[in-house]
Amino acid sequence: MRALARPWIWAWLAAALAFGLTLALTSGRGAGELAYAALSFGAFATIVGLGQMLVITLGPGNVDLSIPATMTLAATLALKAMGTEPGTALLGLGVAIGVGLAAGGANFALIYLLRLPPIIATLAASLIYQSLAIWSNRGLRIKPPPGLADFATGRFLGLPNVAWVALFLSLAVWIALERSVWGRWLLATGQNMRAARFASVPVELVRASTYVTVALFAGLAGYLLASFSGGAALNMGTEYLLMSIAVVVIGGTSIAGGYSNVPGVFGAALFMFLVVSMLNSYGAAAGIRNVLTGAIIIGIVIVASTRRMRA
Amino acid sequence: MNLLGRYRIVLPVLSLALLLAATFWMQPRAMSYFGLNLLFNLAVPLALATCAQMMVMMVNDIDLSLGAFVSLVACVVATFVHDTPALGFAILVALILCYAALGALIHALDLPAIVVTLGMSFVWGGLALFILPSPGGASPDWLRSLMTVKPPLAPMAVIASVVIAAAGHLLIVRSGIGTVLRGVGGNARSVARAGWPLIRLKALAYGLAGLFGVLAGLALVGLTTSADANIALRYTLLSIAGVILGGGEFVGGRVSPVGAVIGALTLALAASFLSFLRLSPDWQIGAQGAILILVLTARLIFSRKGGVA
Repeated sequence: MRALARPWIWAWLAAALAFGLTLALTSGRGAGELAYAALSFGAFATIVGLGQMLVITLGPGNVDLSIPATMTLAATLALKAMGTEPGTALLGLGVAIGVGLAAGGANFALIYLLRLPPIIATLAASLIYQSLAIWSNRGLRIKPPPGLADFATGRFLGLPNVAWVALFLSLAVWIALERSVWGRWLLATGQNMRAARFASVPVELVRASTYVTVALFAGLAGYLLASFSGGAALNMGTEYLLMSIAVVVIGGTSIAGGYSNVPGVFGAALFMFLVVSMLNSYGAAAGIRNVLTGAIIIGIVIVASTRRMRA
Repeated sequence: MNLLGRYRIVLPVLSLALLLAATFWMQPRAMSYFGLNLLFNLAVPLALATCAQMMVMMVNDIDLSLGAFVSLVACVVATFVHDTPALGFAILVALILCYAALGALIHALDLPAIVVTLGMSFVWGGLALFILPSPGGASPDWLRSLMTVKPPLAPMAVIASVVIAAAGHLLIVRSGIGTVLRGVGGNARSVARAGWPLIRLKALAYGLAGLFGVLAGLALVGLTTSADANIALRYTLLSIAGVILGGGEFVGGRVSPVGAVIGALTLALAASFLSFLRLSPDWQIGAQGAILILVLTARLIFSRKGGVA
């Protein structure tokens, strides 16, 4: 029963259940394809979810609403810089990372210098990033360079490349949280900012690095998603706002901050994709699918909270 | 407290006045009955939605489902209320009760409101798609004529804003129950110690949010004459911004209905202002963000000078 006490196990169990229920309908056919698709699409949700998790860990009121805009802006500018020329993948990656760093820095500057609540600061900033993306995009649809597109849609050892990226980032975040001083600082800040400050944790530095990290991850996710789907679109990030928060919470990270959960984010990202494909394969219309998705999110939160009360 | 109350409302009023003056200076023709109505027409539903968000922020929660909820209401109004008014209004009342029940649930199980409302945004959005899979429907005639009525002296949009602000002020700032509700945001435990049933108060706050959300949906359909499942999704973020612009805070029950309405008007005006500047429409969204940042910067300088930290 020890394993059941770990909060992340529920996300994985739910993902497995959704997987099983989908396959029950097709009597086992297409299992490989479904898992492959879940890993591909789940990878993007995992990457943005990891960033959002770090921010939410900072404590109540900390959430980054600019993730979709940062994704779109990074993807748009990166594809523009590359201009479908072969061999420019690294240049594009550099642009996406640069956009991420700039957006994260700008977000934190608003939070720190203007003392804005993070929700408002990232919301206002996201409106500006969105305008920048619209202005630089101009409705053009630039294709990613062929090599990069092949990488984003390709596979390695049977797993999608994007899933490897997500796995690598999850490991990096896990190590940073569990095995580094920075991770301890982050958790301490999230649990009690005042106490952390008195314990001479460089609280502002921790917050700054966290907001930069989330934007960096968003930029990276945007770059990969645009390469994966053959171009940047202005609405490409929209669904990732709610998605990033949902995977964090379903994954068992405390919304009150101070407790992170890396494996849960990955499991929840798979679950979010699998539950939609399950409802799809059972023939649910778009409306019913959304209602059920919402009901499932709330159900998981209720289950998680009653378990917490008993503990 | 009274001084502080007045103090906080000065800045939202000033920023709206400044923006309005700049708009008139650039486009004098806007300074007319017709011009004002055009400028603020679409601010009426936004002002109601901002009041709804304010009710939730008053008890230290945040509602990420508001845009989807207003869209759902709009879909119900354009279909059921138009075709079978009795059933339509029953659905609207049921939706308000749902909101109240949600508040009770969030309190009873100590759930994070941000996540529950996030989940509810999927539910509301799904229901809206279910009712109206493609844009359509029609506004009930009485609603259409109510929203396009041309009263003497001041245009409909201005009068409606004043009425909303006054009603909100009486309800939240002046009345006894409003004070208790703000107390829940200030210090829930002491309100409970004073013998108030917290769960009912939370349900009431959420119920009021639902009521204002329904009114926002009604006003929106009255103006647009049809509905769509995604019609009001951007209200979620705009309403949060409106509350903050109007001098509200995320925690502590410090909210102002008058400020919320002014915040909504400012946001609505920001978009038109840019088109008068003849800037490219690409920057319209960004301008709202920039104005938000500007006003909040001004607030920071203002509050430091006044010594109110």
